Amino acid sequence: MELTKDILLDLHRRMVRIRHFEDEAGKLSESGQMPGALHLYVGEEAVAAGVMVHLSDEDQITSTHRGHGHLVAKGGDFKQMYAELYGRSTGYNKGKGGSMHIANVDAGMLGANGIVAAGPPIAVGAGFSNKYRGTKNVAVPFFGDGATNEGSFHEAANMAAVWKLPVVFVCENNGYGEFTPQAEHQAIKDITDRAAGYGMPGIQADGMDAIAVWEAAGEAIERARNGEGPTLLECKTYRYYDHVGRSGIGLEYRSDEELDEYRKEDPIPKIEKHLIDNNVLTADEIQAVHDGILAEIAEAIKFAENSPLPDPSTVTEDVYYTG
Amino acid sequence: MTAEATTEARQLPYILAITEGVRQSLQEYDTSFLAGEDVGLAGSVFRIYKGLYAEFGPERVIDSPISEAGLIGLGVGAGATGLRPMIDIMFSDFIGECMDEIANQLAKTRYMFGGKTTLPVTVLTMGGGGINLAAQHSQSLEAWLCHIPGLKVMMPATPHDVKGAIIAANRDENPVFVIMNKASLGITGEVPEEPYAVNIGEAIVRREGSNFTIVAIGRMMHEAMTAAEILEKDGIDVEVIDPLTLQPLDTETILTSVRKTHRALVVHEAVRFGGIGAEIAAQIQENAFDDLDAPVGRIGAPFSPVPFSPPLEQAYLPNAQKIADGVKDLIGLD
Ligand SMILES: Cc1ncc(C[n+]2csc(CCOP(=O)(O)OP(=O)(O)O)c2C)c(N)n1
Ligand SMILES: [Mg+2]
Repeated sequence: MELTKDILLDLHRRMVRIRHFEDEAGKLSESGQMPGALHLYVGEEAVAAGVMVHLSDEDQITSTHRGHGHLVAKGGDFKQMYAELYGRSTGYNKGKGGSMHIANVDAGMLGANGIVAAGPPIAVGAGFSNKYRGTKNVAVPFFGDGATNEGSFHEAANMAAVWKLPVVFVCENNGYGEFTPQAEHQAIKDITDRAAGYGMPGIQADGMDAIAVWEAAGEAIERARNGEGPTLLECKTYRYYDHVGRSGIGLEYRSDEELDEYRKEDPIPKIEKHLIDNNVLTADEIQAVHDGILAEIAEAIKFAENSPLPDPSTVTEDVYYTG
Repeated sequence: MTAEATTEARQLPYILAITEGVRQSLQEYDTSFLAGEDVGLAGSVFRIYKGLYAEFGPERVIDSPISEAGLIGLGVGAGATGLRPMIDIMFSDFIGECMDEIANQLAKTRYMFGGKTTLPVTVLTMGGGGINLAAQHSQSLEAWLCHIPGLKVMMPATPHDVKGAIIAANRDENPVFVIMNKASLGITGEVPEEPYAVNIGEAIVRREGSNFTIVAIGRMMHEAMTAAEILEKDGIDVEVIDPLTLQPLDTETILTSVRKTHRALVVHEAVRFGGIGAEIAAQIQENAFDDLDAPVGRIGAPFSPVPFSPPLEQAYLPNAQKIADGVKDLIGLD
């Protein structure tokens, strides 16, 4: 696995796409233009980018309530994404799902999910399918620290391990489940402590560093593709905004100092420094990346806003397959 | 209720009536505690328990891991051993996570043990749609619970009743679900300051009328009251009944009304097929067939998950106009 210039550019690009997508969505939600509740991924971009660079459309992921970042990193189209968040018929889910259920099965994104820890068992199913069908594909469930306290997570990890399935469990440990700090919801600091209990390797990566995630994920995904079974990859990360939306419900549950500490670790300036130091991009070229993405976003938002709302008669469509 | 007569009519929003009901329950029994995800420091994501953590401390207002099966199990085990647990399941949609603990443990333990244990467990949970939270955060699943012998199920529609239901549930020696409504948190109404319980299993006649009975569950009670006003203009005098408790159901109050009005419509936000409205309609037809001038109607959500997009969700949910139209249909007006 060589960290080529193309991979660096790819990691950067995916992170910047997520950052701006989320910032703009957060603003639209705050101003009341966008309905529903948004769980923003800002701060955690290195995890999605570092993992997704290794995956093709034939590899599957399952996501969480905090799912936009995963879909953007898996190649999600801004237009269809914003349209879905706006509840328009041109959205990925025709407006039926919204933020918490946004999906693109064609690209192996098996959905954001409103149920904490619903993803890991589904990823086990996808991993089983990959093995059954004789492919080399892997399934990657993303889930939070809080999710590792649900029974479904443990059942999934055990099944994947005992059946040696091509599944890489990626825990995004951002230190909180909603407003509850990790120390108050589990008696361990490292989620990887649990890996031994399932009989799988547990590895950690700095979730504020896309290159570190890329390295660790590469190793785990390689193992899965080679039929050597699952891995639990824990990425220590941080969310910059509140649990829901940018400013949330105005609760004081973590300190400004803590947030500042993690702001200093912002994965985007970090990789940009790396790009400049290694003469991959100049500051101007980096700015051009941002500008291009922002322009694409502006156009996508316009597309979404001008898209039709779904017809009320479609409420009962798609409950069953009818041919 | 004599207590009401002695108290100045105080207005309180539904959200604060919940807080007060839990606060007074914790005051009433040293053995009571509240446990759930983010119920402590945050006072729940809905802020319904705001202040209780500071007041009662982390021993009695307990932030739990995200482990719903564990939470209901906590209620069963603690309830069987002398405590009086109040368990919060943030969204009623999450009962799927703990359905074994609910259906096979909480509900059945007393019976299976030959009546040798009691489980004075209250489960507080938030149901209903209307605020664009999509398919997994908007459901009305009361019928799942009502089908399980051993559970009591309440769906309070007003601030008065949500407080009284919480206190009643906590005083009851049986497992009681209080399904609160997230779209009603801002509704204001009269709430006496002192602790009081509503009667579990007793329906409330919200509006007296002579031509037509609407049985409206949970938040739909408010929609039915508006529908009654619309219908009044057409000369239809509607009686609105709020069952308040669905298990056990106060069939008598409903039948008394239908025997007077000769027509009935049952309304709930839950999916119509297999909803509790089917049970109520069946009971009316079994017990008051000769008094009926028309089939008993039912209004509920169509047979689909709750859609996200606002116009779809509006089309999905019953409302006052749909209820009024339903009544006119049954009467043969249009
Ligand atoms: C089964 C279930 N329980 C509770 C919730 C409410 N809830 C939504 S997100 C969340 C916290 C999840 O924490 P974590 O897994 O660490 O993910 P993070 O939000 O930190 O990304 C909770 C409790 C839910 N959606 N589903
Ligand atoms: Mg977390």
